[in-house]
Amino acid sequence: MGSLRKKAAIVGVGESDLGYTPDKTFLQLIAQATDRALNDAGLRKGDIDGFFSAGWLTMESIMVAEYLGIQPSYSDNTLPGGSAFEFHLEHAAAAIVAGLCETALICYAETPLADRKRGMGRSFATGAPQEPEEQFEIPYGQWVPIPTYALAAQRHMYQYGTTSEQLAEIAVAARAWANLNPLASMHGPLTIEDVLASPMMSKPLRLRDCCLVSDGGGAVIVTSAERAKDLRKRPVWVLGCGECHTHRSISGMPDLTVTPAKYSGERAFRMAGLGPSDIDVLELYDSFTITVLLQLEDLGFCPKGEGGRFVEGRRLAPGGQRPTNTGGGGLSFLHTGMFGIFLLIEGTRQLRGECGDRQVGGARTALCNGIGGSLASSGTVILGVDRS
Amino acid sequence: MTTEYRKPLPYIHNETRAYWEGAKAHELLLRKCRTCGRHHFYPRDFCPLCFSFDVDWVKASGRGTVYSVTVCHRPAPGFEKDVPYNIVLIELEEGVRMMSTVVGCGNDEVRIGMAVEVVFDDVTADVTLPKFRPVG
Repeated sequence: MGSLRKKAAIVGVGESDLGYTPDKTFLQLIAQATDRALNDAGLRKGDIDGFFSAGWLTMESIMVAEYLGIQPSYSDNTLPGGSAFEFHLEHAAAAIVAGLCETALICYAETPLADRKRGMGRSFATGAPQEPEEQFEIPYGQWVPIPTYALAAQRHMYQYGTTSEQLAEIAVAARAWANLNPLASMHGPLTIEDVLASPMMSKPLRLRDCCLVSDGGGAVIVTSAERAKDLRKRPVWVLGCGECHTHRSISGMPDLTVTPAKYSGERAFRMAGLGPSDIDVLELYDSFTITVLLQLEDLGFCPKGEGGRFVEGRRLAPGGQRPTNTGGGGLSFLHTGMFGIFLLIEGTRQLRGECGDRQVGGARTALCNGIGGSLASSGTVILGVDRS
Repeated sequence: MTTEYRKPLPYIHNETRAYWEGAKAHELLLRKCRTCGRHHFYPRDFCPLCFSFDVDWVKASGRGTVYSVTVCHRPAPGFEKDVPYNIVLIELEEGVRMMSTVVGCGNDEVRIGMAVEVVFDDVTADVTLPKFRPVG
């Protein structure tokens, strides 16, 4: 299998205004994030020849490219859900290695909070009539995403004795990181008791087990190893990537306790020539607390079934042995709909040592894992920096 | 009055009509592959396991166990009056998994591993939803 190890690097990252942005469309946010990422890299828009974006609107990707004034020679709008941007990074690195483009922009924004307040919120509750879920799930009151993740959490609890207190540890750790991140939406103390006292959404998931609903966007610039060497910031190398999707509907998930991160992670680690013990920082998609727990197991950071015990004692929190979701994650930083781009941005900043109070000391490797749909898709990216 | 049913109904088409006609006749029909012998769900014109297009309709035993369950406190559109309500994944004896609802007991009595059997809820004149109830 072909290797992309150290053939491409992230050289620029940026996010738009974040949180609640009623005065800006998603397109304005994408332009803002792209401008900031280009400035971060010391590159200009004219340097971009590879274009990667994902969004829910019809032919959104080419709409965004038109808006930005980009006519790419290589374009990809892969949309496996919130993991889209981890998939994009792998595809960008592959296209760069193949010589189909040299400098790629990965960009995305969404304004679900502002849309909802205007009464224009997009609903996942209904799809096209021909979708199998419409026929075999929706008539039973199923809706995406909370009940689908709740079904997985219940099964994990049944098989392995995982508790609500253990799931709450993940939300508590995320809040502790958010308290160190000035950009985070949620600040202030959060205890396990607070999580357990929050309203039940879909048993066993409570409000504080669920990610936020926020506005915002991000952009990531990826370029070839050669081009990366003389840019503004030191290259954050793509060391390994992997991707997989195993199903779409939750009824079709082969095993509710095993996500496709098992397979994307194996591929990424093999490509990087690394294992879990080599990773300094973890950025794991936290749509829900259970999502993090499943990824920790599937990526090999603890054995299957041990995730509950693994996260106890603030292991994921600042000062813990396994720093995870260092910006506060979807649970306490923000969640726009597809959080995967923010995993890449935070992982990059940690490796550059730009994270201020929340900086993980001496971080040289980061693993970013996006999960999309109903635990359906997974994209794993392992990033690293040279010793300075 | 069945005409007042306000919840989402399945869009029934050629590939799945036999399943829904079966439900209407109070039979749970599954697709079974004549080539590899395995069942699958949801029903397709081919076997997604071996990709044979030689697939049969067979009557399921209607027995299974609860594979997972959640109790929704926030409703899907149309289910506002039902909260809290349960959603389950049922593992049928034939080895396939399907989404449904357990009726005939309280939400908190629905347990993973619980033995269940199919019952049929004629929600409209045209549509019958297979649901499940505890056995014994």
